[in-house]
Amino acid sequence: MSILSKHKLIETNATLLLILSFLVVTIGGIVQIVPLFYLENTIEKVEGMRPYSPLELTGRDIYVREGCYVCHSQMIRPMRDEVERYGHYSLAAESMYDHPHQWGSKRTGPDLARVGGRYSDDWHIDHLRDPQSVVPESIMPKYGFLERTLLDAEHVQDLLETHAFVGVPYTDEMIQSAAADFRAQADPDSDYDDMLERYPGAQVRNFDGQPGISEADALIAYLQMLGTLVDFSTFTPDASR
Amino acid sequence: MSKVPPKQEGDPNTTGHSWDGIEEFDNPMPRWWLWTFYATIVWGVIYTIAYPAWPLVSSATAGLLGYSTRAEVAAEISAVEEANAGINAQLASAELTEISADTTLNSYAVSSGAAVFRTWCAQCHGSGAAGFVGYPNLLDDDWLWGGDIEAIHATIAHGIRNEEDPDARYSEMPAFGEILEPEEISQVVHYVMQLSGGDADAGLAGPGAEVFADNCSSCHGENGLGDRELGAPNLADAIWLYGGDEAALTETVTYSRYGVMPPWTQRLTEAQIRAVALYVHQLGGGE
Repeated sequence: MSILSKHKLIETNATLLLILSFLVVTIGGIVQIVPLFYLENTIEKVEGMRPYSPLELTGRDIYVREGCYVCHSQMIRPMRDEVERYGHYSLAAESMYDHPHQWGSKRTGPDLARVGGRYSDDWHIDHLRDPQSVVPESIMPKYGFLERTLLDAEHVQDLLETHAFVGVPYTDEMIQSAAADFRAQADPDSDYDDMLERYPGAQVRNFDGQPGISEADALIAYLQMLGTLVDFSTFTPDASR
Repeated sequence: MSKVPPKQEGDPNTTGHSWDGIEEFDNPMPRWWLWTFYATIVWGVIYTIAYPAWPLVSSATAGLLGYSTRAEVAAEISAVEEANAGINAQLASAELTEISADTTLNSYAVSSGAAVFRTWCAQCHGSGAAGFVGYPNLLDDDWLWGGDIEAIHATIAHGIRNEEDPDARYSEMPAFGEILEPEEISQVVHYVMQLSGGDADAGLAGPGAEVFADNCSSCHGENGLGDRELGAPNLADAIWLYGGDEAALTETVTYSRYGVMPPWTQRLTEAQIRAVALYVHQLGGGE
């Protein structure tokens, strides 16, 4: 017990205590964080995941700005009740282009990780205008102002550049055509083939049914995409993860 | 300054620190606390051996127990599926109209249908199935496309006016804003209000009858009683999907309506579709 009885030396020497505490925290941190960067099974490869289109990314910004994550999670846990209700449990790959991720930690409202395609655009508009008109027991506030706030794609290229800077694989071509792609996705009469080639599976519609591209258009484009990108027909879960 | 009493035999040890005569005891940690502390350390070590824990070169240690959340959820789901496989097969193959007579099968179908409804249908029709503006109430006996079990089953399976299913129920009301004059629209709106016993302007409703006969009766029927083959609503009752006041009716006639319901064959199994059809059928309005 000789070494254990030396703790008095640490407890009476503040600098030594500080240095040793820092060492312990550093080792703990390294053990927990560093393997995530090199372990091959941190993010499994899945078919269909792609960077968000400019309109979706803008919608995601609105989602973050309005603090949707405070009440809605985007993380379906591997439990039977969640899988039955929300769909396949979330995969790490599904939030690999999220900076920051929107997993959330609180479900005042339902999980939104796979909300894409679950509701019609009309429903989303009704629900954003007045959530209680479609879900009487809801306590969600009204977001009717979103459809009245028009967007001009002024900063969408900067937005893509920023995400490219933190590691999202946007190509130069994607960044150059960001504003054009932004407009194309919200206009079914536009020439959107190039946009679809860059962002396979992107849904092209006038989401809010009104002229002009509003924040509601962007937000609904984002919501309708959520959880729909990964092709689960080609996915075999690796049980060791 | 108070006097410090001299130390006596049996007094606890002190650290030797003294502040204004107040001394600090140097008691050992309580035994129970110390042993709990050691036990948690041992537990921690055992835990990391038993469960996935330590990161190695290409993956983490799997743990001796071979535990995996993914395997666990897969096993749990397949256990439930296996347990229900028999009754689900029975439900999927039984004659649709005869299920309600089989007490066991019917009670299984209605309960599991209720779960399916709350997961997939409540978004639009409401958790109590009472519907909302634009989304039909399923509790009453007013049906757009038919309220017997077979009609409800077909509506759920194929949906309404969707692009995914070629067998989806389909009809399209023209937007009469492009066909009729505003005056005629106003007349026919008042005629429809009169039909349903609303507070209509008789002067407008009179000529509205003719507009109705020329433009609306082919789908909604001569007396406005509707046509389930076409999903054309009954206009002579007080039940309105999009509202029965002058403003709502004018909007409906001018711009038309195009309610969409998705097909469920792609997302749900036949047993689930039948279960939810039976659930809706027994809500109150089933025919």
